[in-house]
Amino acid sequence: MKVQVKHELESTKELVTGADVLINALVEAEVDTIFGYPGGAVLPIYDAIYRSNAPFEHVLSRHEQGSIHAAEGYARVTGKPGVVIATSGPGATNLITGITDAMMDSLPIVVFTGQVANSVIGTDAFQEADVMGITTPITKYNYQVTNLLELPRIIKEAFHIASTGRPGPVVVDIPKNISSELSDAVYDDHFALPGYQPNKNPNPLQITKLMDALSKSSRPLILAGAGVIFANASEKLIAFAEKFQLPVANTLLGLGGFPRSHELSLGMAGMHGSYTANMAIYECDLLINIGARFDDRLTGNLQHFAPLAKVAHIDIDPAEIGKNVSTEIPVVADAKEALIALLATSNEPVDRSAWRDQLTSYKKQYPLWYDRSEAFISPQWLMEQIHDLSKGEAIVTTDVGQHQMWAAQYYAFEKPNRWVTSGGLGTMGFGFPAAIGAQLGAPDDIVISIVGDGGFQMTFQELSVVKEKKLPVKVIIVNNQALGMVRQWQESFYEKRYSESLFMENPDFVKLADSYGVRGMRVEKEKDVPKVLQEALAFDGPVVVDCRVVQQTSVYPMIAPGKGIHEMIGVRK
Amino acid sequence: MRRIITATVQNRSGVLNRITGMLYRRQFNIESISVGASETEGISKMTFVVEIEDHQKLEQLTKQLNKQIDVLKVSDITEKAIVARELALIKVGGSGQLRAEIQGMITPFRASVIDVSRDSLTIQVTGRPDKVEALISLLKPYGIKELTKTGVTAFLRGQQPTQVTELNAFTI
Repeated sequence: MKVQVKHELESTKELVTGADVLINALVEAEVDTIFGYPGGAVLPIYDAIYRSNAPFEHVLSRHEQGSIHAAEGYARVTGKPGVVIATSGPGATNLITGITDAMMDSLPIVVFTGQVANSVIGTDAFQEADVMGITTPITKYNYQVTNLLELPRIIKEAFHIASTGRPGPVVVDIPKNISSELSDAVYDDHFALPGYQPNKNPNPLQITKLMDALSKSSRPLILAGAGVIFANASEKLIAFAEKFQLPVANTLLGLGGFPRSHELSLGMAGMHGSYTANMAIYECDLLINIGARFDDRLTGNLQHFAPLAKVAHIDIDPAEIGKNVSTEIPVVADAKEALIALLATSNEPVDRSAWRDQLTSYKKQYPLWYDRSEAFISPQWLMEQIHDLSKGEAIVTTDVGQHQMWAAQYYAFEKPNRWVTSGGLGTMGFGFPAAIGAQLGAPDDIVISIVGDGGFQMTFQELSVVKEKKLPVKVIIVNNQALGMVRQWQESFYEKRYSESLFMENPDFVKLADSYGVRGMRVEKEKDVPKVLQEALAFDGPVVVDCRVVQQTSVYPMIAPGKGIHEMIGVRK
Repeated sequence: MRRIITATVQNRSGVLNRITGMLYRRQFNIESISVGASETEGISKMTFVVEIEDHQKLEQLTKQLNKQIDVLKVSDITEKAIVARELALIKVGGSGQLRAEIQGMITPFRASVIDVSRDSLTIQVTGRPDKVEALISLLKPYGIKELTKTGVTAFLRGQQPTQVTELNAFTI
């Protein structure tokens, strides 16, 4: 009976499916790339993609985790929301790591998950998972569509929420009956979010307070986080630092927000940061945090964090202010707007050459160091080579662990949006799929994925994607046949009991790449590194380079767990 | 310290789960929570009683609540002039002589007996939590068979005096 009615309607008016409505809304949101994987509950959506001539590219991953990390890489490099489609149940749950990662690192992601039909939700139907329940704590917001009429509005809201304020992931769960429903309805996509009004402009009173504090300060310091990069505030930050001669330390995720080669740059602060940056935090009398969240890997033991400093904190998310470190001057604002306001004040720079000289002498006395063994490959030296041979201009993605820290230490970033790393969640397997998204988002740039042999084995199935899409991603495996950071901690804090951290078996990565039709290379001696890297970088296509590095190498300097920021170990003159 | 926090929220599906999930995840200890419709359609009102260590944690609580997209307004009304009420249903064992005794005891609390069976009676009491607690402890010796409470619901009094003399933090 119902079918008949629909047939009658079809003959008079054009009916489209809910999935078509979704595709139209994506086109309207100017989506150019979709990362996804089909399945039962998203069949109507994939059918709509097949039928549509929408101007976006669909990237078929080989595991949903690959889709979400690629979307993260895309979002990190372009600043635009990464879009993911996955099916219900296992498709959705395979995204969980990436959604959490995006939440921790504030990446704008819009995820569409299929869901079983409304009539069977709650009955433990085939491939049913409580996506709303599972993703509530790991998303900025999530929706389940219960009425097709709401779909365009929800999609508009989802993109708005994901990409404004402090960015984050939004999940839209679409039951199969909604995506397959035929309708000729006229949609209204206007939305109002009275409970979501991010504040971009700083309170002038707080700006005055900050500038007053600055004029009284003899040892000021800027701590610049990812908020600077999200706000496109890099230039304003440089102008502000230069005008008032303020030294700048970066967080891990803030790297590139301030040029490393700048004379005011102290490099990275935190657990494996530079001695100078950490001592500057310890000794400063005014700490101006711009868009960082005082993560525990940055602060070390909070009791010893910036003990002499008055703290000012500029953040678009008010809940970050005062969360870990009590703050005298809270500035709830977009980093760029706040910096513009700070630059517009009439305050004059104060001479603080003593403080500058002190930091300069720290820089000279306690630089980053490593022991080089020319017979093998020192991983830190390898990073310097990668940096030099790519002229410091590549987009670099990493997993988590030793190679990530070495990349952060030795790949000196000069510009924002070129550093794609899993900071907050610390996700192994992030780097390679993230490089796929980064390369799609920045097709003209060199994208280098520096990964460990452990992490790469978690997501290397995406080699099919680089082959298929002809993406010239350069994968550099920092292969120490171990879970390097776990091994390091076992060496330092568990009396060298290397429990399950050394790989007895690894694949032949060259053959592995070869089996995907991707060029594989191996390098085992320092003297061969420049030639191999040059060849890999010059090659017109994806390359996997298996770099055998010294296993018993540790990342230094380091703030040991529980210690203060001034108690770094492995510092050398 | 014990605080009373109210939140005005959009009545969307999952909103209670969002909020309690966030409180749980961030290790806030909820003593009671009550939710219900407000004067505006589509808007609900929540009242939380929470036990909080210090002011920094309290600030985090209100900020994290405010950060929720469905939350429209958050107020810590602990130090304001407020009306706060909860309702308790208390079933105690008792027959004959005992009933009259209990009846006499609950009268000053303006509580009432709302159900009687052969060997038990159910008392309803409404009021500030300290009053409810007082009645419960008085009834304990008679053997409480069943007890249920709604949790506190509260809002500001119509007029706020310049100086608040009620010390809700200690007495609610």
